[in-house]
Amino acid sequence: MDLVALLAIQVLYAIASLALISVGLAIIFGMMKVINLAHGEFLMLGGYAAIEANRYGINIWIAMLVVAPLVVGAIGAIVERTIIRWLYGRMIDTMLATWGLSLFLVGLTTAVFGNTTVGLSAPLGSFEIGSYRVSAYTLFVIAVAFVTLGGVLAMLRFTRLGLVARGAMQNANMAAALGVNPNRVYSVTFAAGAALTGLAGGVLAPVSGVFPTIGVAYVAKSFITVIGGGAAIVTGTATASALFGAVNQLATYATTPVFGEVALLAAAIVLIRLLPQGITGRFFRRSL
Amino acid sequence: MSVSRRHFLQTAAATAGAAAFGAPAFAEDAILVGSLHDLSGGLDIYGKPMVDVLTFAIEEANAGGGLLGRQVKLINYDTQSNMQLYTQFAQQAALKDKVAVVHGGITSASREVIRPVLDKFKTLYFYNTQYEGGVCDRNQFDTGVTPAQTVEKLVPYAMKKWGKKVYVVAADYNYGQITSQWVKKYATENGGEVAAIDFFPLDVTNFASTISKIQAAKPDFVWSALVGGAHISFYRQWAAAGMAKSIPMASTTFGVGNEQIVLNPDECNGMLVCYNYFQGVKNPANTAFLERFHKRFGADYPNVTELAMGTYQGFQLWADAVKKAGSADRLKVIDALETGISIDAPSGKVTIDPPTHHCILDVHIAEVKDRKFDLLEDFPQQKPADTAAVCDLKKNPNDNQQYIIKF
Repeated sequence: MDLVALLAIQVLYAIASLALISVGLAIIFGMMKVINLAHGEFLMLGGYAAIEANRYGINIWIAMLVVAPLVVGAIGAIVERTIIRWLYGRMIDTMLATWGLSLFLVGLTTAVFGNTTVGLSAPLGSFEIGSYRVSAYTLFVIAVAFVTLGGVLAMLRFTRLGLVARGAMQNANMAAALGVNPNRVYSVTFAAGAALTGLAGGVLAPVSGVFPTIGVAYVAKSFITVIGGGAAIVTGTATASALFGAVNQLATYATTPVFGEVALLAAAIVLIRLLPQGITGRFFRRSL
Repeated sequence: MSVSRRHFLQTAAATAGAAAFGAPAFAEDAILVGSLHDLSGGLDIYGKPMVDVLTFAIEEANAGGGLLGRQVKLINYDTQSNMQLYTQFAQQAALKDKVAVVHGGITSASREVIRPVLDKFKTLYFYNTQYEGGVCDRNQFDTGVTPAQTVEKLVPYAMKKWGKKVYVVAADYNYGQITSQWVKKYATENGGEVAAIDFFPLDVTNFASTISKIQAAKPDFVWSALVGGAHISFYRQWAAAGMAKSIPMASTTFGVGNEQIVLNPDECNGMLVCYNYFQGVKNPANTAFLERFHKRFGADYPNVTELAMGTYQGFQLWADAVKKAGSADRLKVIDALETGISIDAPSGKVTIDPPTHHCILDVHIAEVKDRKFDLLEDFPQQKPADTAAVCDLKKNPNDNQQYIIKF
């Protein structure tokens, strides 16, 4: 029984961390159709922002939940203004530019912070389930993922900003005709996606540690999740994370982490074969 | 003054001839030492201290007049934790730069990548990392410790202290695979048991399910043979789950990347390790070495690691052999090393064991305490018995393989 509870927490955690690392990309890729290959590096920068802020005496919660998204959001805004906005609608060129950006960011962080692994110790301690001990931070990550997805959903569904953003993405000319400045909307949306990515990087920093090339470990999984999820940002991310996270964690538990990863990738291939438009291309089509 | 065409051609030819003639003479001035270490990527936590120490050793040699009256020049290749670059740079070192010796290779995987290349192109190779043992190759010298020197000591020590049941977590490549078998062998021989062995690729950062599996198995202690920057998160997650206080840990890799400094003391205090060198080793050679080294790299240099010292000692052994041979020629240096050359190193006496090309050296068991190592027990002059059981290069100089432990 204890083991079942423990396993449930771990499956939830795997789902939550997938959702967290993917939701920012889902906004940037799903809404704006920009393939941001520097996504992993945005996560890495979020981690560094949190760790550095904490090192300069800022409370760890503020460092992770406020500083990390603000910093990466600002970087995202700069990147959008200087690189991305010239390349809207040119998918291949964007890939090339963001790939270059990713190499640049890896080089820059290596030069600034050095190439060693830095980290924070996870706060909150641990709790017991029967004879097992689990890090309480696991629950915190799950909570952050829920709140983030809920927040994005509410933002898109109920606020004017969300409505305008969705409108501008669907038909920029029509939005412009109605008095919206699409350039500004693009800019804000990209920065918001980057900020959520920074948040994920900050929140996961105590778990995984941070080094300049850690983005590589995340970027493939994020893309798989977003593509597996399909067009709807929140529902897609949530359902794809739930599927892949559960498959990964259960396979990991039954065998080894290696087969866990293999199972995740196999599940992704099967899914894309059966549902080329992703989960929300077939189910929950009218969701966000 | 008019210059006739003939005169001009004569002068030009003479100048060109002199230049062509002079060039090799200049190139021969310095003895070239190739260094293949990861200075970026996930394995740079190991590579950086190794290159610092190699740079230092070469600077020292040059300050003392060089080798055989020639300066020594370091040619450093950053292999970027990338196996393809190991092949490429090994070829470049052997064929283009024509180095006298290559020091380097960190993981056993990278060693097995460059070993055949350097064999093929007849370039002497020093592998200075502690590893799983068993390499038998006349072209290669191994200055790091192997399981018969460390695991054999640490397993009974840890079992006596904590209990008989051990759970092994290891990196998923030849080093982790083979080392975990040695742990199993010594645990079984000492009347203990191995609950399970789990392997992890080098980029795994999520260890949650493994940590609960370990809790379910309830071992008396955990053995870590994890490698690289990503695996450091195992220790963090282990401590975050509150396990650092309830199940102790021993390791064959912890600390060689200065993990004891990266992690908080309460995440790793009490962990047991066993190596050839710790900064706290007490002997005059070490005191003098640290004083000179700190003068060059600053008193705040974090820690001279086991791998860094292996590299320093590897270079010294090679340099002594060059002096003894009176030449940097590969076969002459190998012959000189095979006389069983011995140096008074900072870690104690280090002697080449001629039949295996490994080293006879001191090892110590130590405990992590507040970002440092506390030495607990010394084992002087340990032989590489694991490799010696399978490898005899005196009898079979043409042997060329890595032997793997079998049960």
